[in-house]
Amino acid sequence: MITRGHDVPAPRVARGAAYPALAVAGLRRYATYRQAMVAAIFTNSIFGFLRCSVLLALAGAGTVAGYDEPRLATFVWAGQGLIGVVLLWGPYELADRIRTGDVIADLLRPVDLVWQFLAADLGRAGLAVLTRFVGPVVVGALAFPLYAPRRPATYLLFACSMLLATIVCFGCRFLVNAAAYWLLDARGPQVAWTLLSGVLGGLYFPLWFLPRAAVVLLIAATPFPSLIQLPLDVLVERGPPGEQVMWVAVQAVWAVAILALCRWVQRRGERKLVVQGG
Amino acid sequence: MRSQAQYRASFAIDVAGSVAFGVLDVVTVLALFRVSRTLAGFTFAEVFLMTAIASTAFALADLAVGNVERLQFYVRTGLFDAVLVRPLGALMQLLAMDVAARRVGRVAIGMALLGVAAAHADLVLTPARLALLVVAPIAGALIFSALFVATATVTFWWVESGELGNALTYGGHDFSGYPITVYGALFRRLFAYGLGFAFVAYYPALVLLGRDDPLGAPAALGYVCPLIAAVAAFLAALLWRAGIMHYRSTGS
Repeated sequence: MITRGHDVPAPRVARGAAYPALAVAGLRRYATYRQAMVAAIFTNSIFGFLRCSVLLALAGAGTVAGYDEPRLATFVWAGQGLIGVVLLWGPYELADRIRTGDVIADLLRPVDLVWQFLAADLGRAGLAVLTRFVGPVVVGALAFPLYAPRRPATYLLFACSMLLATIVCFGCRFLVNAAAYWLLDARGPQVAWTLLSGVLGGLYFPLWFLPRAAVVLLIAATPFPSLIQLPLDVLVERGPPGEQVMWVAVQAVWAVAILALCRWVQRRGERKLVVQGG
Repeated sequence: MRSQAQYRASFAIDVAGSVAFGVLDVVTVLALFRVSRTLAGFTFAEVFLMTAIASTAFALADLAVGNVERLQFYVRTGLFDAVLVRPLGALMQLLAMDVAARRVGRVAIGMALLGVAAAHADLVLTPARLALLVVAPIAGALIFSALFVATATVTFWWVESGELGNALTYGGHDFSGYPITVYGALFRRLFAYGLGFAFVAYYPALVLLGRDDPLGAPAALGYVCPLIAAVAAFLAALLWRAGIMHYRSTGS
């Protein structure tokens, strides 16, 4: 058990200003890795070509699982962009900080650890929308006919959906990393996360290729479809407006649940934390 | 290698993860064929065979030279200097420094799936085809290995090349698992012929299946794969030597 800085009442104003500052810091940090960003967009685009070609060949000239050709292409390319926004394969920074004990420095700050990391991650995601999302989508638009949403409300819904996906993904990554409080080496959960988030998230193929009952179960019982599949379904207007709103609502429920779980796990983890000596 | 087996739980998790990634290749193909009966004129059994060959070849390459990805780390931190001053081949040392035994899992599952795929496709196995069934994954592994080494070499010129190499190595794996007829002309020329990925699984699988190439290439092209692999390995070796020559330490 350690005493945290924020047990001491801090001035309200200072604490409120901390989160935007952290978000800006997160944004500026990633803005410095320009070469890595270009490399990532290049890689995402190559995989965009691969997956888009396969899915379009599969569809022939028709419709598969409710997606026509432009919708399938958009699903693939926007999906390749989303990887960078939600940061599906994020850095396992927190796990390393727990293992090395550096996390103490974060805990001493007078702001909650979960909100601290979330603010920084949202800052990063804001930049990623302009770079890592737009990049592959532009490449895709040059090579394939993409689907532009018909309903104006879709743009707003998709923005919400992308934000919620980022929060859910952040929460999942936080939980995977927080396993290090108990395991020290969080590699097992990390491997499982990498596998499950890709397949059940809808990255490799639209989940609706699977039996309908299974997909509904996945959406309701796991956070994975909220990461990629649901935002993309909202974007390509796969269903009526009511369905789009429903998907965003599902994501919102997951975002709240995951963040609550993060805070609970973090409180338990702090009690468990043993800083490695030396 | 023995040191890794000491941490039993971690090792078991890594092997399980490695197996799961191998299974994932097939899960994707299964899902695709749930919504369509053919993919660019190829049936499930035919695509499954290509995927299994590509998956096994990639797993073998990953096991043998996957470590070369760490070159970037060694160059950036300057540890590569320590490798160079030793009187052993730099590449061999790099590969031996951290043999990832966990990757055996993916090789094993790849081979098992290849057996299932071969049985499922009702192959008419002449001695020549049987030999090709064994040689193709090995030749494919050599092509992937050449790509792993070649893309890692980029770090000698561009230290922070990041995940750029993944597009060609992991991307090549994804590319090879499907009939090359699904890809657009430009992309196909680049990946299938330029980088040789058509010879990993597509052409060997056509020979094994006794099918003609819809693109009109000679039927026996599948048997050429060891030759392509040799060329790829030679080019990668050239690039590696050039990289070593070009290498200047990172300083501090």
